[in-house]
Amino acid sequence: MTAVTLTETGPGRRGDSFLSVQDLHVSFSTEDGTVKAVDGLSFEVEKGTTLGIVGESGSGKSVTNLAILGLHNSEHAEIGGEIWFEDRELVGASRTTLERLRGNRIAMIFQDPLTALSPFHTVGRQIGEVYRKHKGASKREARDRAIEMLDRVGIPNAKVRVDDYPHHFSGGMRQRVMIAMALVCDPALVIADEPTTALDVTVQAQILDLLKDLQDQMGTSIILITHDLGVVAQAAHNVLVMYAGRAAERGTVREVLGAPRHPYTWGLLSSAPRLGSAVDVPLKPVRGTPPSLLNPPSGCRFHPRCDYVKQVGPDLCAAELPELSPESGHGDACYLTLKQKQEIHTQLMEGR
Amino acid sequence: MEPLLELKGLTKYFPVTGGFVIKRQVGNVHAVDGVDLKVGAGETVGLVGESGCGKSTLGRLAARLYEPTFGKVLYRGRDISHASRRALKPIRPEIQMIFQDPYSSLNPRQTVGTIIRGPMEINGLNPPGGHEKRVRELLEIVGLNPEHYNRFPHEFSGGQRQRIGIARALSLNPKLIIADEPVSALDVSIQAQVINLLQELQRDLGIAFLFIAHDLAVVRHFSQRVAVMYLGKVVEVGDRESIYERPRHPYTHALLSAVPEATVDGESRQRIRLAGDVPSPINPPTGCRFRTRCWKAQERCAEEAPPLIQIAGNREGHLTACHFPEAPMTHGEDVVLDPALA
Ligand SMILES: Nc1ncnc2c1ncn2[C@@H]1O[C@H](COP(=O)(O)OP(=O)(O)OP(=O)(O)O)[C@@H](O)[C@H]1O
Ligand SMILES: Nc1ncnc2c1ncn2[C@@H]1O[C@H](COP(=O)(O)OP(=O)(O)OP(=O)(O)O)[C@@H](O)[C@H]1O
Ligand code: SF4
Ligand SMILES: [Mg+2]
Ligand SMILES: [Mg+2]
Repeated sequence: MTAVTLTETGPGRRGDSFLSVQDLHVSFSTEDGTVKAVDGLSFEVEKGTTLGIVGESGSGKSVTNLAILGLHNSEHAEIGGEIWFEDRELVGASRTTLERLRGNRIAMIFQDPLTALSPFHTVGRQIGEVYRKHKGASKREARDRAIEMLDRVGIPNAKVRVDDYPHHFSGGMRQRVMIAMALVCDPALVIADEPTTALDVTVQAQILDLLKDLQDQMGTSIILITHDLGVVAQAAHNVLVMYAGRAAERGTVREVLGAPRHPYTWGLLSSAPRLGSAVDVPLKPVRGTPPSLLNPPSGCRFHPRCDYVKQVGPDLCAAELPELSPESGHGDACYLTLKQKQEIHTQLMEGR
Repeated sequence: MEPLLELKGLTKYFPVTGGFVIKRQVGNVHAVDGVDLKVGAGETVGLVGESGCGKSTLGRLAARLYEPTFGKVLYRGRDISHASRRALKPIRPEIQMIFQDPYSSLNPRQTVGTIIRGPMEINGLNPPGGHEKRVRELLEIVGLNPEHYNRFPHEFSGGQRQRIGIARALSLNPKLIIADEPVSALDVSIQAQVINLLQELQRDLGIAFLFIAHDLAVVRHFSQRVAVMYLGKVVEVGDRESIYERPRHPYTHALLSAVPEATVDGESRQRIRLAGDVPSPINPPTGCRFRTRCWKAQERCAEEAPPLIQIAGNREGHLTACHFPEAPMTHGEDVVLDPALA
């Protein structure tokens, strides 16, 4: 792995958090040039909490989390910065270290369980394999563990269903099987990338409940990637809003959804229709087109699409990259003053 | 007024085969089972329901990409249920489909121009001014730059690709578009762009839509009428207001109560948690199909399938299939909780 560690001298700032991502950079070399998919991203996840990551398609959500899992191909991807998990730094870690962590201390739940599960093996075998690999369990123990896990995720009649193949299950049940597989080794961190996008709302609610129950029981930390702000409101403690490979805003769910400060977050919140909103007016998407990552906009990455550049003063937004501030708590990367942000948000709320 | 599309007792079974050496049919997936539904000219009908309840199958039946097992598809009053390929030819252009995935539904080796022109060439349509001129017009209609004519799909974002798919569907001047989760794969901002576009098309060109989606707020925004499906059947259908403000079927209540809302302050709605899983469509429950998960079910529900009818107090056209319907729900009011979870 071609790890480019920026700081050679000791660990970075870690605080008490158990996952800490510091100044992460991930870029890909392509025929057209270098794609800066993640460009100076820092965030933390505390033990036993859920961090929701939202943001535009292509903003680097999946790339960030694949970096945590050490799943980028080192021939194409260049990774910089630090990822501290428990007491290890992962960007510079060896392949064997990462393999030992994956599926064991850190697990992943994907959007589409049909492509992530093999059609050729029973679900019991697939869940058991992971357990045997990491815990050195016998076949018998692995099978018992698989039954226990299926039971725990609410599959009725687990003793019998353990011998079924994935296509014997409905979409919602397959997603539960995926969760059983992710949790079989009692991971400390679960990364769920759009786990409910393909499911209807009742099944979605069941899956989110299930994750929450398991978190309460086991103290698992969860990173939940989603497009749906409703899902974040329901299932996360903290939120990270990403735009063009960087953090636009971060804070608790209450802070970010209740009193959002970044113009892009405002745009996200006003794009989605709600159950009570007016139906005869057009929706309000963020204007313009998503930024190029080959040639990202200067200054604030959002400035070509932002309606408030003038209020900051004409030159600043396009000239200089805003940092996330303050450093902890509810922070955002925008030059408007706090007072301006509060006033604009109040106006926007009145207008809807 | 005669509806543009009328589905009558529409049914689709998929055979299930078993056995090791010699495959034989051991049963049927009752994917769609006796659905009645109308779509008027220029109207949008939303279709919602649990994953696997038969929405996509119904859409494909309506577009006659599938042939029904039983029942009828009437298009402008004409029975096309079993029409031959040749008999369908003049109708095909009028009914178009848009799919969920803007990435895989466009051929990566063809230019945007070739992709959009394709259906016109296949159907022998010769618009005045030629194909290229028409394609450029279509690109403008869907909000893309006509200069994009010679570009390839990978040069576009997800929302732009979905627009290319829409332009292709529009190339044949359809009267009815069947949109199967056209915005599910898009993020909220791009989703808003595409919904606005579809709404404009409906208003300006008078196109009717059968709009399939999981997101109930999106369906509410875009549809004049909404049908709710459960396990192959329509359990409730009505105008938007009736379905969202005064639903009567327990399943519709459960569905609406499960919508996560992006608000942090305030009274969260009481949520109905449905116990268990959807029963198998190979062996659906007798009587009402929702009864195995319904908190109001009684003996009668197992014995007798409830007909889809207008219940006392419902508006004209608001039909519900339930023996023991819920009281009309008003906003903010608590709803009955599933006793299985108490
Ligand atoms: N292997 C790769 N090679 C080149 N570019 C890549 C590669 N993987 C991702 N990218 C690019 O990096 C950017 C970020 O991608 P990422 O998958 O993280 O987006 P995302 O935020 O997860 O979006 P979505 O919501 O659509 O899943 C995109 O522009 C993508 O095209
Ligand atoms: N070609 C097929 N052969 C056999 N069974 C099928 C086929 N197509 C669909 N089914 C089955 O029919 C039922 C209805 O499927 P359909 O795809 O119509 O559901 P859906 O409502 O669109 O679900 P989703 O919301 O997950 O897209 C499912 O049980 C499915 O497994
Ligand atoms: S008919 Fe019976 S089982 Fe079906 S929804 Fe109504 S009350 Fe429930
Ligand atoms: Mg992603
Ligand atoms: Mg479908």
